Amino acid sequence: MATIYKVGRQDRHVVNEFLQKPIGHHSPALQRVLNVFRGEPTQNKYVLICTKPHREWVLGQLSGEPGKPVKILKDQVFKRVEDAEREVFRRRWKKHTGSDLD
Amino acid sequence: MKITGYCDRLSATPGETINFMVNCELPTYTVDVVRIICGDSNPAGPGVKERIIKTSANKTYKGRKQTIEAGSYVTIPNSPLLEILQSFSFQAMIWPTTPEKGQQVIMAKFHDREKSGVALIISERDGSIALVLGDGRGNEEVISTGKSLLAREWYFVAASYDAKTQTVTIYQEPLVTYPLIADAAEIHTKAKSKNISSNQSPLMFGAIRSGSGKGKLDGKYNGKIDSPRLANRVLSRAEMEMLKSGPVPTPLRNAIVGSWDFSRDISSIRVSDTSPNLLHGEVVNLPARGMKGYNWTGEAMNWQDAPEQYGAIHFHDDDLYDAGWEVDFALTISTTLKSGLYAARLRAKEEEDYIPFVVKPTPGKEKKIAFLLPTASYIAYANEHMATNAGLIELLSGRLAPLDKNSLFLNEHREYGASCYDSHSDHSGVCYSSRLRPILNMRPKHISALGGDGSSLWQFNADTHITDWLETMGYEFDVITDEDLHYQGLEVIKSYAVILSGTHPEYHSRQMWDAMLAYQQQGGRLMYMGANGWYWRIAYHPEVPGVIEVRRNEGGIRTWAAEPGEYYHSFTDEYGGLWRRQSRPPQMIVGTGFTAQGFDISAPYHRLPDSFHPRAAFIFAGIGKDEIIGNFGLIGGGAAGLEIDRADRLLGTPPHALVLATSLGGHTDLYLVVCEELLATYPGLGGTENELVRADMVFYETPNGGAVWASSSIAWAGSLSHNKYQNNVSRITKNVLDRFVDPAPFVK
Repeated sequence: MATIYKVGRQDRHVVNEFLQKPIGHHSPALQRVLNVFRGEPTQNKYVLICTKPHREWVLGQLSGEPGKPVKILKDQVFKRVEDAEREVFRRRWKKHTGSDLD
Repeated sequence: MKITGYCDRLSATPGETINFMVNCELPTYTVDVVRIICGDSNPAGPGVKERIIKTSANKTYKGRKQTIEAGSYVTIPNSPLLEILQSFSFQAMIWPTTPEKGQQVIMAKFHDREKSGVALIISERDGSIALVLGDGRGNEEVISTGKSLLAREWYFVAASYDAKTQTVTIYQEPLVTYPLIADAAEIHTKAKSKNISSNQSPLMFGAIRSGSGKGKLDGKYNGKIDSPRLANRVLSRAEMEMLKSGPVPTPLRNAIVGSWDFSRDISSIRVSDTSPNLLHGEVVNLPARGMKGYNWTGEAMNWQDAPEQYGAIHFHDDDLYDAGWEVDFALTISTTLKSGLYAARLRAKEEEDYIPFVVKPTPGKEKKIAFLLPTASYIAYANEHMATNAGLIELLSGRLAPLDKNSLFLNEHREYGASCYDSHSDHSGVCYSSRLRPILNMRPKHISALGGDGSSLWQFNADTHITDWLETMGYEFDVITDEDLHYQGLEVIKSYAVILSGTHPEYHSRQMWDAMLAYQQQGGRLMYMGANGWYWRIAYHPEVPGVIEVRRNEGGIRTWAAEPGEYYHSFTDEYGGLWRRQSRPPQMIVGTGFTAQGFDISAPYHRLPDSFHPRAAFIFAGIGKDEIIGNFGLIGGGAAGLEIDRADRLLGTPPHALVLATSLGGHTDLYLVVCEELLATYPGLGGTENELVRADMVFYETPNGGAVWASSSIAWAGSLSHNKYQNNVSRITKNVLDRFVDPAPFVK
């Protein structure tokens, strides 16, 4: 899905909404940002690796090429899905806007 | 995963035998046959429950590696007529889809170890047509046109070799020429090879075997081949033109070795030689048939109306029909084994796999309740790669895509084949799917990116929420499969007082559809425990077992689109696609039909006025008049979720149906109206705005005392176990099941 919307400072007001509730009903403004983040093409896209199903996750990055292994990022272990969602949101925010979320 | 396996039949009655094939990279593995009760490993749920059943197969076995060879081709057994060829001509029409993807074989009569024989290939150097001549002493000569083929264009390709003069001619002629594109070629040259060395290899189209011994499948071609012809002398260009189509002209009869017409046997695995030499062959790994040929004009949309325009076979380097593994152990179903869902559980150290199978009831000993396991839908989804291939999956599910060990394995091992949700490596849609291979997403414990926030289950593993509930609530029930229903028809279900569907019974053949409707019409009771059911039409192959076909034509929620002209099944003479597009919308057979989907969180139902009708009193016994139904659950936290169905009189919901409850207004804006509802796009398609985004619970009576109850939600079953099964979703389901088991008619 090739969205043309550019996430920027004008979207800062939706960040807390996401951090408080990563999964669930979202405002249209937040959804527009998520359409960019979650709609990224598959190359290097973040996924959740179920290292201990329902108990523990690490992040992975898709290769974008069928057959090529997913890159497993072992450095951060998450005990809750929401924490992983927040971490990925932070990384994507940085990538798209150039700024850190504090 | 270091251990994977499959079996040769998905269901068996006591006395019948199932063969199990296992690949194991560890020295040994242990088998326990288990009865699967619940496959959900979510600690918030009932937990994984399986019961070991003592069988003669429960042993430790020696592990051995078994691999899968994917890729489709035609093979014609060797014949003296093929062996004695010296001078020859070969021609075909081709439509290559990945000419840049390395060496690909159009035709080969070649033995790779000594490099003996001939082949017509796409050259890996520049994607042009090339002739390979092998001297049988390890040397091969390659003569190529040097002009790269374009993908998805038709070409006439031909090559000839004169054994007396060593003259080689190669033609590469696009059917459509574009200015400034140099993809046409005509080569006249002399080969160094003094003769063709003969060999006993089969004649193959679409691939070759390389290496020694059985060899490795190599040179896998992606694209169509149409009208291949082989002659025993050099043909002139004019003679080649005469051979392109139609019967072999009399002057050329003596020259023809083989003239294969792929438009015959479209519903078969056979490939026919129309010449008097009868060099018939077979397709391997089911390349797509019923495909438009080079001469398709568009006047016929059904291959039966103009078969001569459907003389193409579309080969794929990742097609798979039968993994072909050797049997490791067998299980003869004991007469004491009650009907149900089982698996051979394989364990080797920390490695584990399950091979599920169903034990059918002994005929005459059926229980009152049957769970109809939607195996056609499992096979349609078999080994899908959405979490790694589909850019949209995270967006549609509103959460990061979870991958477990099975998904990671399937991503790396594409030789395990794909699902009907995948596209091939050449981007054409996968229209066939087989169960004769390990189906690693048809397993207990498997987590799916489509399964909603929470347990994240889909299809097979989601259906274990139903087996868990039935077992825990103490019901005696049989399990039968879609395949049993397809082949045995009404006979296999007619004795049941009530049938429960799975969470997602999406794919049905006409035989399955007709039998289910007949069952209802003669007094049977159906509990539709899911949604998006009775959606796509499928066919089973008429000759070989365990493989289905779907043509994703016209519309519908789909991940690929059939090409125009390829909307009819190749396995049968039927028009493919949605049942709705053939005047059998799901509302006709289960009261409700696919209306919206979303994969983040689920919603509850609230009661509607019809739920207070006396005809529905049994359903809502014990439910308060303002009670919210199912605001809890392991699939998205609610009972209405993932894919959902609505009642609609215009689509066939019976006029007397009661619409008891709905989830209207509860869904997020990731829930969107399905595309077949959209004649034109308009704003406001999401769950907070659009009245079509809802799950409608429905009940209606059928003739002869029967009835149908529909939950209309894939997520319904995920709510059954909440609060130790003490909840209103379980209550309603139990109310319906208990009444449906009671033979007292609803309407006389």
